[in-house]
Amino acid sequence: MLRYVIRRLLLIIPTMFFVALITFTLAHATPGSPFDRNENKPLPQATIDRLNRYYGVDQPIPVQFVTYIGNLLRGDLGLSFTKGRPVADIIGQGIGTSAQLGVQALLLALAFSIPLGIISALKQNTAADYVSLMFATVGTTIPSFVIAIFLIYIFGVTLRFFPITGWGTWQNEVMPTVVLALGPGAFLTRITRASMLEAIKQDYVRTARGKGLSERVVVVGHVLKNALIPIATIIGPATAALITGSFVIESLFNVPGVGRLFVISIEQRDYPTIMSTTMLYAFLIMIANITVDILYGVLDPRIKVA
Amino acid sequence: MAQQLLEVTDLHTQFFTRDGVVRAVDGVTFEVAAGETLGIVGESGCGKSVTALSLMRLIPVPPGKIVKGSIMFDGADVLKMDDDEVRGIRGNNIAMIFQDPMTSLNPVLTISRQISEALELHLKMDKSEARKRTIELLDLVGIPSAKKRVDDYPHQFSGGMRQRVMIAMALSCNPKLILADEPTTALDVTIQAQILDLLKNLAREFRTAFILITHDLGVVAGMTQRIHVMYGGKIVEKADTAELFANPKMPYTWGLLRSIPRLDERRKAKLVPIEGLPPDLIAPPPGCRFEPRCQYRREICREKEPELEHIPNSKPDHEARCWGTQQGGWLVDTDWHKEVGDTRVIEEIKQEVAQLPPEPKPGDVPPPPTAI
Amino acid sequence: MATTLTTEQRRSIGSRLERKQRSLWGDALRRLLRNRAAVVGLAVIGFAAFVAVFAGVLAPYDPIAQDPPKQLMEPIWTKAFGGKYTDPAFLLGSDALGRDMLSRLMYGSRIGLVVGFVPVTIIFFIGMSVGMLAGYLGGWVDNFLMRLTDVIYAFPDLLFVIIIVAMLRSTSAGDVMGGLLVIFVGIAVVNWVGLARLVRGQVLSIKHREFVEAARAVGASPIWIMTRHIFPNILAPVIVSVAFAIPGALLTEATLSFIGIGIKPPTPSLGTMIADGFVVFSTTPWPVLLPALCISVLLLAFTFVGDGLRDALDPRSST
Repeated sequence: MLRYVIRRLLLIIPTMFFVALITFTLAHATPGSPFDRNENKPLPQATIDRLNRYYGVDQPIPVQFVTYIGNLLRGDLGLSFTKGRPVADIIGQGIGTSAQLGVQALLLALAFSIPLGIISALKQNTAADYVSLMFATVGTTIPSFVIAIFLIYIFGVTLRFFPITGWGTWQNEVMPTVVLALGPGAFLTRITRASMLEAIKQDYVRTARGKGLSERVVVVGHVLKNALIPIATIIGPATAALITGSFVIESLFNVPGVGRLFVISIEQRDYPTIMSTTMLYAFLIMIANITVDILYGVLDPRIKVA
Repeated sequence: MAQQLLEVTDLHTQFFTRDGVVRAVDGVTFEVAAGETLGIVGESGCGKSVTALSLMRLIPVPPGKIVKGSIMFDGADVLKMDDDEVRGIRGNNIAMIFQDPMTSLNPVLTISRQISEALELHLKMDKSEARKRTIELLDLVGIPSAKKRVDDYPHQFSGGMRQRVMIAMALSCNPKLILADEPTTALDVTIQAQILDLLKNLAREFRTAFILITHDLGVVAGMTQRIHVMYGGKIVEKADTAELFANPKMPYTWGLLRSIPRLDERRKAKLVPIEGLPPDLIAPPPGCRFEPRCQYRREICREKEPELEHIPNSKPDHEARCWGTQQGGWLVDTDWHKEVGDTRVIEEIKQEVAQLPPEPKPGDVPPPPTAI
Repeated sequence: MATTLTTEQRRSIGSRLERKQRSLWGDALRRLLRNRAAVVGLAVIGFAAFVAVFAGVLAPYDPIAQDPPKQLMEPIWTKAFGGKYTDPAFLLGSDALGRDMLSRLMYGSRIGLVVGFVPVTIIFFIGMSVGMLAGYLGGWVDNFLMRLTDVIYAFPDLLFVIIIVAMLRSTSAGDVMGGLLVIFVGIAVVNWVGLARLVRGQVLSIKHREFVEAARAVGASPIWIMTRHIFPNILAPVIVSVAFAIPGALLTEATLSFIGIGIKPPTPSLGTMIADGFVVFSTTPWPVLLPALCISVLLLAFTFVGDGLRDALDPRSST
């Protein structure tokens, strides 16, 4: 088990290298300098040259890449083109907020969607089931920023329950957290319902009932224990959904996190910041995927992780 | 007659599907005395398993429902009990061994957990007592080094071993009645014999009443005291085991007997399949359920359903549901070994099956079942 | 003694056998049309397609023509609730630059449908060909595909699309069709891999089946086997996957436009309309609510059809 985890963790290194290579190539594939594209206020050529030299973008691309990787290994993420400050500092400032938002949203999603999926499966084809199916469909289909708009309109603009932008107080945090939780939560509801329905029709459930166990013990001890296995897989996609959701939600609610930082740096073509945030996200996804595989081994005795 | 352990009277279990109401069990009456072994035999889909599940109220509701009848177990009607009372009986007084040991054990729980569960619930044992008892039970059903294997998961056991685990689970609370639903069908032939032996010995040792449900007359032959033959949701023949094999009184039973190989028969005897399709339990034939496939049929068989009645020239408790073999019938003196009935009727049945609309892709879908 | 099955019974057996006899596709279509949500979805998509095709005729105004004095008109029905800023000339009101909302929504839906269908068509052709080649021939195509998916799966889809689109936008390709080309490329590049992997898996699962072996045995060429024997047999899951890729692409475009790297102004897209209107959202919500509503309805319609197709083509997996 430990050896498996170590091997998986070591495999992150080559994958991160390729992620860096691809992002770097894409970032530098566009011709010209990152500083000569402001059509409204073109900079004088001398300034551009100086900036190019300062940020090292006058070097050939392979050289830049080697330099970048070398700096990366020393923990240096480079300087932001637009802010002139180390990228590590900028990300460091936002990462706490983003992590808090992400964890809150994930916990919220787990807290309402697993019970909802279970109820939906146990009360198949009742009103409760239809409501949760509807929620699951709407939540997985409609993008979070569109749902956010309706929620802002109802709770922010019309009812004035919550402020519509900002971060810091609990009132500020309610709407972004809820909206960010909706997408993964809806997906999780769907998966929970499906895997409960699949597990509940298995022969061993009849065996459990045949032993005289109460319905609660049958559902919790026998059905849910099996249904949790497919539910665990969702941690990978859920992390991805939380990350991509955070771009839009943080921008929409003006939350000072990494997601908003990423969107701003995309607009401003701030390559060092884009590179670093992308690699951070890829790293998180890989960790999430490894967690899924380990959880699989824990939940399902038939799978030997070695 | 001694007090019966189980008395099933006029049991009707139906499934309400989109295509119509499936009358899976359609008026079944039988009884089992304490310590007695009974075999219920019939083709798949004739209502045997549904009967067994009905006894424990394990029919999935919906679509299923027990619409009529009574199930008296130990003096109380199972159908009138509330859910808690039924759960007090399940696993405790009536236990069931299911057909497929590969899927009937929970893959994510240890064997010890799955057996102890019932012990803790019904016999109020604590964890260590239950574990000790579990090891004893596994020993009893012949699992080698039970002590070591008790914490294994089902996937670490072979099919035969898993069925032994199922048997241990069924025996765990010393039930008065065990229902075994095709307990050997999913197993290799060599393992089948071992499991049957084990069941036979344990039933004798524990003095537990047994209902053995199977499609295979060969399986019940050495196992049970009495046999009930089911067809189309009804019992069509009841007799004690020796009598049924020596003196069967229903053409369907004849068909079943002709289709099992026998070592003591003369070489010439061929295995003869039963022609035609098993009855549609949504719209069953109006007369005798077996009439559409019966080589000995007459007009009355199609018009009116025969009752389950005592048959002349047989033991007193031998009953069959057949116009032909009942008092004054045309089959009373028929020797089923020699006379195969009217071969033209067999041809007719074959033609009727052939006239049904063709299957979409021959070969892709198996042809309608013609034999057991 | 001629009849032994009653007529009723014969009919019941007959009808049940007949049901099997229908072809897979006819049967699937019947099941799809029995699904009420899917039919509603199809109707909505049909209506949207009609509006999109005839937007030039149907739209009352030029969607990019500005009429500054008539800014931020509210839809006419708000008049019934005491709204003061309505104008019968603007049925659904106008945006902050005085552009007619109805016309912009019509053109926006056109862009939405184009973004839904064009990249998915590209994905279908590339994913199908590469997936079949990888599955049937194996070898380096297969290795290449598998390695590529490993890397692409390390990114969230949307993140990868964002990076590609953001980078390509600043090149000359970024201005083609108001930024549409770059969006097509971004969506296609990221998503064909998933389909190729699905196709590959399907091909692997049937390539040793008897009918394929039989075709090989009589000397059919690989191309013939792939197009005539394998293709029809793997089509069902591919159709379902493609059906869900359409709302996926639509959603991606809306998100890109919303964060400012999608369709370039002044071309109206539902996502840019939401982003533009958001500035005045707390005072005049309509320029945001209306496109948000349109995009929700469109996405739900595609999802209903996708769900319906999945249930119709694979009745076992209805969840």
